[in-house]
Amino acid sequence: MANFDVVFIGGGPAGYTGAIRAGQLGLNVACIESRGSLGGTCLNVGCIPSKALLQSSENYHQVKHKFSEHGIQIGKLEFDVAQMLKRKDGIVSGLTKGIEGLLKKNKVTYIKGKASFVNPNTVKVALTDGGSEEHTAKNFVISTGSSPIELRSIAPFDGKDIVSSTEALTFDKVPEHLVVVGAGVIGLEMGSVWMRLGAKVTVIEALDRVLPPMDGAVSVEMKKILEKQGMNFLLGCKLLKAEKSGKSLKVTYEQEGKSKDLSCDKVLVAVGRRAYTDGLGLENVGIATRKDGKIDVNHHYQTSVAHIRAVGDVIDGPMLAHKADEEGVAVAELIAGKPGHVNYQAIPNVVYTWPEVASVGSTEEELKAKGVDYKVGKIPFMANGRARCFGETDGFVKIIADAKSDKIIGAHIIGPNASELIAELVIGVEFSASAEDIGRSSHAHPTLAEVMKEAALAVDKRALNF
Amino acid sequence: MAVEVKMPNVGESVQEGVIHKWRVKSGDFVNRDDVLVELETDKATVEVVAENSGVITIVKKQGETVAVGDVMASLDTDAKGSTAAKESTPASSKPSEKAEVKLPPPPTSSSTAPAAQSDLSPAARRITEELGVNPSQIVGTGKDGRLTKGDVIAHVESGSSKPQSGSNQANAASQPSPVKASLGSSAILGARSERREPMSMIRKRTAERLVKAQETAAILTTFNEIDMTNVMKLRNDYKDKFKEKYGVGLGFMSFFMKAAIEALKTFPAVNGWIEGNEIVYHDYYDIGVAVSSNRGLVVPVVRNAERLSVAELEMAVGDYGKRAKDGKLTIDEMTGGTFTVSNGGVFGSLMSTPILNPPQSAILGMHKIQERPVVVGGQIVIRPMMYVALSYDHRIIDGRESVGFLVKIKECVEDPSRILVGV
Ligand SMILES: Cc1cc2nc3c(=O)[nH]c(=O)nc-3n(C[C@H](O)[C@H](O)[C@H](O)COP(=O)(O)OP(=O)(O)OC[C@H]3O[C@@H](n4cnc5c(N)ncnc54)[C@H](O)[C@@H]3O)c2cc1C
Repeated sequence: MANFDVVFIGGGPAGYTGAIRAGQLGLNVACIESRGSLGGTCLNVGCIPSKALLQSSENYHQVKHKFSEHGIQIGKLEFDVAQMLKRKDGIVSGLTKGIEGLLKKNKVTYIKGKASFVNPNTVKVALTDGGSEEHTAKNFVISTGSSPIELRSIAPFDGKDIVSSTEALTFDKVPEHLVVVGAGVIGLEMGSVWMRLGAKVTVIEALDRVLPPMDGAVSVEMKKILEKQGMNFLLGCKLLKAEKSGKSLKVTYEQEGKSKDLSCDKVLVAVGRRAYTDGLGLENVGIATRKDGKIDVNHHYQTSVAHIRAVGDVIDGPMLAHKADEEGVAVAELIAGKPGHVNYQAIPNVVYTWPEVASVGSTEEELKAKGVDYKVGKIPFMANGRARCFGETDGFVKIIADAKSDKIIGAHIIGPNASELIAELVIGVEFSASAEDIGRSSHAHPTLAEVMKEAALAVDKRALNF
Repeated sequence: MAVEVKMPNVGESVQEGVIHKWRVKSGDFVNRDDVLVELETDKATVEVVAENSGVITIVKKQGETVAVGDVMASLDTDAKGSTAAKESTPASSKPSEKAEVKLPPPPTSSSTAPAAQSDLSPAARRITEELGVNPSQIVGTGKDGRLTKGDVIAHVESGSSKPQSGSNQANAASQPSPVKASLGSSAILGARSERREPMSMIRKRTAERLVKAQETAAILTTFNEIDMTNVMKLRNDYKDKFKEKYGVGLGFMSFFMKAAIEALKTFPAVNGWIEGNEIVYHDYYDIGVAVSSNRGLVVPVVRNAERLSVAELEMAVGDYGKRAKDGKLTIDEMTGGTFTVSNGGVFGSLMSTPILNPPQSAILGMHKIQERPVVVGGQIVIRPMMYVALSYDHRIIDGRESVGFLVKIKECVEDPSRILVGV
């Protein structure tokens, strides 16, 4: 059988991007994927389909709630969930096929099947079309990603009513009452989709805030905004049980020491994701996984077996597609003997609610804990002309800079198009920019981006328009 | 035909260098294989030779930094002899510091501003102008060595550069008013000038590495002292024969290296280092030996020192020392190394705490031999003594191991026959 320079196991953002880069560098590469289509969690059941539904539902929400303010009246407003799902599926299949083309273009061999290590130099692939084959390679990269965490003992997935994000992307009708367990990114995004289309949504979260790892100010503001949109929050509450009860579901939770329950028709468990290495045969190569399922690697992404590396959701760090693909590129470069590098301080983190949340670098809480001396500049979108024209004035931009050097060490945005706005500050962090650098760069008027300039000026207490 | 002379790829980890000296001038006719330029990288000095014959036009000037692949000059292979091609130095790249810091870059065509200034980020540009500091004298810590606002602040605060007086109004106002001549003022002491020189690449690199070692490792130093009586006797007995046979002097370095290898074998962590969450143990002994060169301290590495005899070790160290003085060490010779021995004794040091050479985890410091009264068997006697120091990374080496390591060295040097017997 073919002998490869490098084999990527898993065709998600980490694996397919790494494979493309390795191909560009002239290596003989293969990418093994068991799902039947490339793109991994992100393209098939993650980033892309969720954003497709978020857009459809937000369009509906805009027409329904915001158009009249612009003087636009629409008689009878209707929507068709089936069409929304069809559109979403079309986007997904278009993009995954595109990736197949990209692999071909970069001379990457795409092997459809599930890979398992036989020994440190060989994997056996149970082919999707039946049968199996073995492949040897000089290097392997484990890019098998992650899968949703299941609360097996209290709320086991049934694929229909008690579900993970994957099924929440395919509900064929709007739930009446959707209970979301976990106020993290996925919970709030999927909760938003169905809330906008008319579902009652209740979010149960064990901690006392939404979006726990985000900056405190962002958590507070986000909760306010989503409550205004109609989302219900049960913070500081622990899920005890979710079970069928007649035609509906009974959800029992603990609030301030007391057990309470509520009734609903769907439960989305979104309490996080776990590194996925099932059936990979790690025991045959002597690679251990940690308690949380992740694989330990060194800064060259090498596992305890040096020529077997791992990148993406399956290793430490934020579970994000763009973190995974940066690592895929870096690992390909390292294997080709080049200096590959990922700057973990400059990886943005986005929540696609509306308004959106986006951040990069440290939160104020982290800096306080570390005893770093910092300055903050914070400007609300309310003060921005373009935001008013849009009619989207919720949220703010908050820039945190080192008190002495003025270097930007954190930036947190809630607001319209925050996902796109953050790019400027990511470049800033990547280039060690000071807040003053942003404050002194011209920003087109009127744009939402001007809020970032103002926030940068506010770091030095010299905002001009606030 | 015009052929570009590029900064060559001189070694894996080398990305840039500084033009130390052009051996030729623009307009010179050079022959193939003539040395054109000396480049100083952070590891060594390299010479670049002409790959073709022709008339040269120099693009990068002495002192400029060039990255691998940058064009440093071009050769016109058709031109003959001294038809002096004019030096193509754009006027704007002449260092004209005085004017440069005061004039704001023209609002329209920023391309006419000196490169260094116009390449700065807006805040760095503002603050260098306002404080009147020369950006080219500050080491940048941003991406690819770019200067950040924080770098300028740190530079000014460290006192490396005082804001130039009168470079702008606000600044001028804050200048202290002249004081009356008093004792200690410059009026009485005469001119007290300062001299500023850019750090050499080796200096800069050394500075960075030393600070990095201090930042990342948990460095601790342990001491011991060694009675050199026996090894000095051994040396005296054999030094003439040794010199005759091998052509090099018999020094103490080889004994310490031998002793260190014995100790490293006993305490493998000292020969290892941390990589991510792992400890890398080496079953070979590449010993770095700190020697001074014409451009600062360098640490060439004696590979597989465990396989070398005393004579081979002395020859290797002697050869490195000689070539270091001439700046002729190659980059390969100075990379790697699993452990370092540094002899501060040659400069008269009695005791010191050496700094680790990252990623290595330990370094042995030898010092001056001094006659001191010591108590042996209840008697005060005079013995030639040397203090030795082991600085180590406490993250992977325990106190017990480090102390045991030095004791092992002490035992081996005090009784060299132990090395022979391997106990
Ligand atoms: C609902 C949802 C929304 C999300 N939204 C975003 C977002 O907006 N932005 C963002 O950055 N991130 C988002 N994410 C996270 C993102 O999807 C992941 O971080 C990303 O997909 C990780 O990439 P990966 O390549 O490491 O793993 P994955 O994408 O999980 O890919 C791993 C692939 O490996 C395959 N595989 C596993 N084992 C084997 C084997 N033994 N043999 C062959 N193939 C195997 C799997 O089938 C899978 O396709 C979202 C996730 C979810 C669930």
